[in-house]
Amino acid sequence: MVLPKFEYLTPATLEEATMLLSELGSGAKIMAGGTDIIPPMRDKVLKADYLIDIKHIPGLEYITYDEQEGLKIGALTKLYDIQTSKLVKEKNPSVAQAAKYVASTQIRNKGTMVGNICNASPSCDTAPILIAQNAAVQVHGPENDRVIPAGSFFKGVKKTWLEPNEIVTGLVIPPLGEGECAAYIKHSVRKAMDLAIVGVAAWLKMDGAVCVDARIVLGAVAITPVRAPSAEKVLIGKELTDEVIAEAGIAAMSDCKPISDVRASAEYRHDIVRVFTKRAVKKALEGYGEEDHI
Amino acid sequence: MKKILSFTLNGEPVQVICEDNRSLLDLIRDDLGLTGTKKGCEEAECGACTVMIDGRPVNSCATLAREVEGCDVVTVEGIAQNGMLHPIQKQFIEKWAFQCGYCTPGMIMSAKALLDKNPHPTELEIREAIEGNLCRCTGYVKIVEAIQAAAEEMEQEGWGENAQ
Repeated sequence: MVLPKFEYLTPATLEEATMLLSELGSGAKIMAGGTDIIPPMRDKVLKADYLIDIKHIPGLEYITYDEQEGLKIGALTKLYDIQTSKLVKEKNPSVAQAAKYVASTQIRNKGTMVGNICNASPSCDTAPILIAQNAAVQVHGPENDRVIPAGSFFKGVKKTWLEPNEIVTGLVIPPLGEGECAAYIKHSVRKAMDLAIVGVAAWLKMDGAVCVDARIVLGAVAITPVRAPSAEKVLIGKELTDEVIAEAGIAAMSDCKPISDVRASAEYRHDIVRVFTKRAVKKALEGYGEEDHI
Repeated sequence: MKKILSFTLNGEPVQVICEDNRSLLDLIRDDLGLTGTKKGCEEAECGACTVMIDGRPVNSCATLAREVEGCDVVTVEGIAQNGMLHPIQKQFIEKWAFQCGYCTPGMIMSAKALLDKNPHPTELEIREAIEGNLCRCTGYVKIVEAIQAAAEEMEQEGWGENAQ
C-alpha cells in the first residue's frame, strides 16, 4: 500500500527543526526512527503533510553517565543501543530491561526511547520506568529550553504536554543512590512484538529491610501510564515482607482504570495489576539484594 | 516531491529518483527490481521485509526510502560472495529451514545481522534475534538449527573474521 503524500524534510539543526514546526503548523510531525509514524500513516490513522526527520541533527545520539545527574540518553539513541549498553546495564539495568521489552529487534534498531514516550501510547513500555525513577524529559522550544518531569509528560492517549513547536532532545534518569533499586516488568501474550496487557515499574528506596520511599507506576491500565499512590502508601515506612508486598498489590488495583480490549478484559487487567505490582517490587528488591552482597 | 536519492545497495552505489512517500521496501522491490525482500504485513510486525541498514536489521516497510540517503543497505541478494552462497543461505538449504519460504529472506537477514555482531550466539540469542520475524508455517526449530550450523560453518571457514 502506498503511503499518503507528504513532504519529507531534514533540518540540520534544532533551531531549523523548531522553525519548521512553527511555520508549518499542525500538519508537521517530528520523526526519528519513524516506526510509530510510517505504519499508522499507511493505515491513515495518522495524518501528516510534512515529516521532519531529525536524524541529521548532530549531537542527539548519546548514552552517558554522570555521578550527580545520572544516565543521559539522547533523542536519537536507538532502543537496541540502550538495551545492549554496558553502561546502562551497569548503572541502571531496569532501563535496559524496559528498552528490551519494546516490539522487536528490528524496531529497536530503528526506534528510539524518546520516540517511544513521544508516541504516548498508554501501553508504552519505557514510560513506567522513567516515571518511577523521576526522569527528566529535556525539551527544546523556539524561545527557551525546559525540562518536563516524566510523570507530568503524558496528557492522554497519544497526547503529551509538549507544545506544538517543541522537540524532545533527551532524557536524564537520576542515579540510583544508596539503597535505591528499580525494575520494570511486562505482561503480554507473546514475548516479542506484542503490546503490554499490563506493565509495572517499581522504584524503592530501602534502609535495611525497611522501605523509606517508593514509586509504583502502572502501564496499559489507564489513558496514560499512572502512579499507584495507594500501593506506594502501603510500602512506605514498612519492612517489605511478603505480606506487605501482597497488600501493596491489592492496593494498586484501586489505582487504575483499565479497559477491556482485544488483549484482555478490564477484570483480568485489574487482577494482573495485583500480581505484577507484587512481582515488580520483588524484582526491584533482587537488584537491591545483589548490591548488598557486592 | 521527487528527489535524487544516493546510497549503497549491496556494495554498489545507487542513484535513483524517488518520491518522499516511497517506502524503502517499495523502492527496492518495484524501482530497483530486487524482489528477494518480501512484502508481508507492511506494519513492521512480520519481518519478511528485513534488510540491513549500516549493519542493523530493520523493517524496510517502516523505513522511508529517503531515510537511507548516504547509507549502506544490504538485502538478501547482497550476502553471497563471489558466486558462493553465504553459510546462512547454505545451511537454510541443508537443514530444510523453510517450508513456504516467504519469511526466509527476512530470517536470513536477521540472522546475518546477529552473526556479524555475535559469531557465537546462544540459542536464546538466536531466538531473540529472530523475534521480529514471523514464520507462518511455524518452522522455527529448523530455522534456529540452520543459524546455529551457519555460525559453526562461518567459524570454521573464517567468515567471522570479516565481522564488524
